[in-house]
Amino acid sequence: MKKLMMKGNEAIAESAIRAGCRLYFAYPITPQSEIAEYMARRLPEVGGVFLQTESEIATVNMVYGAACTGKRAMTSTSSPGFSLMQEGISYIAGAELPCVFVDVVRGGPGLGNIQPSQGDYFQAVKGGGHGDYRLIVLAPSTLQEAVDLTQLAFDLADRYRNPVLILADGMIGQMMEPVELLKMRDLSTLPDHSDWALRGARNREPHRIAAFNIDPVGLERMNKRLQEKYRLIEASEQRWEEYKVDGAEYLMVGYGTMGRILKSVVDSLREEGIPVGLFRPVTLWPFPKKRLKELAEKVKLIFVVEMSSGQMVEDVQISVEGKVPVHFYGRMGGFVPTPEEILSAFKEVRKWK
Amino acid sequence: MEVIFKRPKALSDREFTYCPGCHHGIIHRLIAEVIDELDIQEKTIMVAPVGCSVFAYEFFEVDGTVAPHGRALAVATGIKRALPDRIVFTYQGDGDLAAIGIAETIHAANRGEKLTTIFVNNAVYGMTGGQMAPTTLLGQKTTTTPYGRTAANDGYPLHVSEALSTIGGVAYLERTTVSTTKDILNTKKAIKKAFLAQIKGLGFGMVEVLSTCPTNWGMSPVEAQNWLLENMVKEFPPKVFVDKVGD
Repeated sequence: MKKLMMKGNEAIAESAIRAGCRLYFAYPITPQSEIAEYMARRLPEVGGVFLQTESEIATVNMVYGAACTGKRAMTSTSSPGFSLMQEGISYIAGAELPCVFVDVVRGGPGLGNIQPSQGDYFQAVKGGGHGDYRLIVLAPSTLQEAVDLTQLAFDLADRYRNPVLILADGMIGQMMEPVELLKMRDLSTLPDHSDWALRGARNREPHRIAAFNIDPVGLERMNKRLQEKYRLIEASEQRWEEYKVDGAEYLMVGYGTMGRILKSVVDSLREEGIPVGLFRPVTLWPFPKKRLKELAEKVKLIFVVEMSSGQMVEDVQISVEGKVPVHFYGRMGGFVPTPEEILSAFKEVRKWK
Repeated sequence: MEVIFKRPKALSDREFTYCPGCHHGIIHRLIAEVIDELDIQEKTIMVAPVGCSVFAYEFFEVDGTVAPHGRALAVATGIKRALPDRIVFTYQGDGDLAAIGIAETIHAANRGEKLTTIFVNNAVYGMTGGQMAPTTLLGQKTTTTPYGRTAANDGYPLHVSEALSTIGGVAYLERTTVSTTKDILNTKKAIKKAFLAQIKGLGFGMVEVLSTCPTNWGMSPVEAQNWLLENMVKEFPPKVFVDKVGD
């Protein structure tokens, strides 16, 4: 198939439609509004529904309603909007509904700014809403990967009846790159979900979907079942990319846009004869702990770079179980660290070792 | 022997969990009778609220879910947009619909969502134990207006139906009571019309039913009924606000 030059936000939107998404609800927010604009034009062409909502709070609940019918539904937003959705996400996770969220992360806290950031890691990966729940979180580092992970997001959501989040940042949303789109999915081949979906109780008992149980015994049972599902996801869905890790004495770790920049850092250091490799988590939850722990046993130092004050670094530390020193370098405010500043920060740390 | 009165098909056989004298039971039954008469049980999906009627989705023999507090009309919008040929209704109290969910209410109405909303207004927060609602009357004592609601501190009783009556997307809107047999029959007629507004694709339909909360009002069921008729109907007069359905 031929490659198209596309903007990240538009590539994600088109990929979602090709994955079978026909229901999209959203409230405009920079730097992801092109997803809504693209959907507004494109969804009517394929018989889908585009609705601009009155708020992110209404948005997440419309997604909840649409997902109750078992059809493929999604929304996209950016950080402050994602914060507003957290209550609804907790309900959706509790009700075990499949749907897809896209958070194109911008600088925070508060209104922050509209530059790229990775400051939403905690709220995305640790659960910004109430209660014990998990999202499956996918972090693309190229537009091609954004296209592919959008498809995967819908499939994982259906497979586990769980909301899936594509965690991108302003860089992924706004940059342009050639991408190869997948074929339009035949809607009749998508999972049917008629065993639980709300479609009217014709010739069967009514279906009831709710994330609550007044009885503590019942609620704990529900939670235990959720945790079992999360353990299964942890065992089956850890994804990552390795780059030049063979014989590496040092390991760089970064995700999304940062993981991509770290590739050129690794290349530069390798050219200087310094044996460095890259580990890039693709799933942020489940975090690819198992492989990172194995790699940690082979290197002298792990160097984590993030566009935040250091949020993923905590998962790296948990994964390596103290077997190796973990150092961190990060920028905030919408700054994307350059390869040069990462190189010098790394060399500074390496001097001590 | 001919059966002339029985449980509607659309009502489950679960016993209601509402307090004595509370109107939820009557209103539930009316909705179920309307669903039966319109023969829409198999394509109806309900969205239950947060509050006393959180369990409403178990009292109706239809597919259903429970929305986060105030968000029933957003959830219902998602369902209806996904399945435009199904009948979707929400059942909401005054705290749910008029306070935390007022934005969802106004915008669903304004979009003319083909939904039906039963708005049960008892001028108080029931499940949380009798706090002030947006619809609490001036001077009315609640646990959070222990000296009576004052306009200066708490604002005025919110007239939701009057506000919605100015909105283009509304196809049917009526305020009723279920205090007398005549009122009950009239409320049933209103509920039917609100569903017909949806079935005919005319737009958003809502019935505001003034309702008692003897427990939180601190009254007997009979006193509560009288208080409603003497006080609530003065502030919130029963009235057809919008009727695009016709006869």
